[in-house]
Amino acid sequence: MLLCIVLLPAVLGLLAMIVPAKSLGRGLLAVGSAGHLATVVFAAVALSGLKTVGWIGGTWIGLDAPGLLFLGITSVLFAAAAVYTIGYLGREAGRTVRDAEEGFLFGNEPEARFIGCMLLFLATMSLVCLSRDLGLLWVAVEATTLVSAPLITFHRHHRSLEAAWKYLLICSVGIAIALLGNFFMAYAAHGRLHLGLDSLTADAANLNPVWLRAAFLMLLVGYGTKMGLVPMHTWLPDAHSEAPSMISTLLSGALLNCAFLGILRGHGILTAAGMGDFSGNLLVFFGLLSMILAAVFIIRQTDYKRMLAYSSIEHMGILALGVGLGGLARTGAMLHALSHSLTKGMLFMCAGQLLYVYKTKTAADVRHALHRLPFTGFLWLAGFLAITGSPPFGLFLSELTILKGALATGRWAVATLYLVALGAIFIAMARIILPMVFGRPEPEAAAADITRPREALWYAAPATVLGLGTLVLGLYVPPALWEFLSRAALQIGGR
Amino acid sequence: MTIWTDLLILGLVLTNFRLLASSRLLALINTMMLQALALSFIPLSLAGGSISIRLLVLVGATLAVKGGLLPWLLRRAMREVDVQREIEPFLGFSSSVLVGIAVLGLSFIITRPLAEATASLSGFLLPGALFTTLTGLLIIVSRRKALTQVIGYLVMENGVYAFGAALAVEQPLLVEMGILLDVFVAVFVMGITIYQISREFDHIDTDRLSELKD
Repeated sequence: MLLCIVLLPAVLGLLAMIVPAKSLGRGLLAVGSAGHLATVVFAAVALSGLKTVGWIGGTWIGLDAPGLLFLGITSVLFAAAAVYTIGYLGREAGRTVRDAEEGFLFGNEPEARFIGCMLLFLATMSLVCLSRDLGLLWVAVEATTLVSAPLITFHRHHRSLEAAWKYLLICSVGIAIALLGNFFMAYAAHGRLHLGLDSLTADAANLNPVWLRAAFLMLLVGYGTKMGLVPMHTWLPDAHSEAPSMISTLLSGALLNCAFLGILRGHGILTAAGMGDFSGNLLVFFGLLSMILAAVFIIRQTDYKRMLAYSSIEHMGILALGVGLGGLARTGAMLHALSHSLTKGMLFMCAGQLLYVYKTKTAADVRHALHRLPFTGFLWLAGFLAITGSPPFGLFLSELTILKGALATGRWAVATLYLVALGAIFIAMARIILPMVFGRPEPEAAAADITRPREALWYAAPATVLGLGTLVLGLYVPPALWEFLSRAALQIGGR
Repeated sequence: MTIWTDLLILGLVLTNFRLLASSRLLALINTMMLQALALSFIPLSLAGGSISIRLLVLVGATLAVKGGLLPWLLRRAMREVDVQREIEPFLGFSSSVLVGIAVLGLSFIITRPLAEATASLSGFLLPGALFTTLTGLLIIVSRRKALTQVIGYLVMENGVYAFGAALAVEQPLLVEMGILLDVFVAVFVMGITIYQISREFDHIDTDRLSELKD
């Protein structure tokens, strides 16, 4: 049954590529996303029925609490992105478009290939979440890179090609390093075990510690490249800013989490082997480094889509930090992953709308959005408050939980740096976003701006749903959800 | 038969130096093919007498993908974008070889604690594999042409694979096949992207892809 979660989008994706009929492709996308959501809910119900064992499935494919968390996030975001995509393709497909930044004309990728790759992207990300074997996990993560590269070059021009090239090469090199980590893990297991998570965790005490440390380091650098941890993040701002907005949503909200799952699996094995401090401290170090560097780049940023990309690097840093600290902070990190994906999805969709109407990615040229695009302007403002961790949104709660976890373990220096980085990012993003929403336009620009474009439902509906999700998480976390997140946090610790 | 293993690893090291020293893309591709040949036989030499069918399948698949399909794809890409040689790399060819010698020494030093933890292996396997991995990285960062960078990626992948070769006796076949498939598709997708880049820009010099930065 679990295999359906992977096979359904994979088969539909291949079908969409083979049969290039316009209406069929969009229909397949709708069926694929809805069907995926349904199978995931079904699997979640099956998993929640269990009391004794932590996971369902076999030695290769299985579902545990952390896997279900990331799978659920992926599925919800994909459904939102699918609605957006169907509307977006209706507007963009088959046309020659004038470039927003430089004014040249370019064509778009064939729709059949785009939809096919999107569905395959969903299939490979699901496989990452379902893998119970480090080798299979590696194959799946590498496959996500390959099927998502054509998504970045939907707009066929030189900037998107540059971004796709960097993405392909840097991530492939990174993931080759993760493969080295896998082989090191096999050396640690004296070459006898196949790299199943369960057998590795059960036999953790007998693993060779020297090789195990080397293996985690390689997994962290390898999957960290894909996750966007500083200093391996260089592909991320380019890919996120050049891809169409719903692809940025999927990259930022779903793909980065999936890469993080690879690191979490390694961390779980080290924790089970009694070396959780080693891997935890590395995660804290890279987490803080990512947050601080993201803050520096957001302060200097003029492009609002790149600003969102650097914000993703910041939040991946927070996730690594929370998991590294352990205890309560780890549960906080699980909640953070959920709220960040919802919020960032909404923000990228708003950014796509702003880009379409204002024809620029430079924040300084977008003014008075609340007047010209009342709904987008409002969502953009709410999204800014949410992503910077202001109440009453979900990220406020999760960032506070991580802070509490840091203080509870007496890590004062870490907590201080964490707060300084969060504060700096709040101020820097306020300086970029508030003038975009409230600022008065130049008089001559104002005259040209009289037209108020219609805000289409295909964009507004998914963005609103994602936004409401993060708002609800900030106001009320159901006890069942909290218990589920705690269980996910516990299972990362190798139990 | 450690003597065979050591000879094959010597083959890896020598091909690495040739990869660092040559500028012609065709020579690079041919050398890579030679390296793949040496690489695919390492698991066989390590297995000693116990040769199973799945081991033979693995050796055959490695030979077919790394020694046959990938060089073919690269040659095709080379013809399509009409690039013959790497001109003016960031790090000159003779300097590359000198750096390569230093990296080889470094590989021996780095792998010493790991080799001590795994006494059963040939003493040259770990340094040889690490040297190949680092040579690939060196090629990626020091060359301009996108195609040369793909070759660097494949050399790096060869190095990683050499680490795995010692384990090929025990690793599940499914995973090994998945790895080979992924590498093949990676080069396929990279090839398409290079073709698009050359059509859009009239060159494949990656240092001139520099519009996106902060």
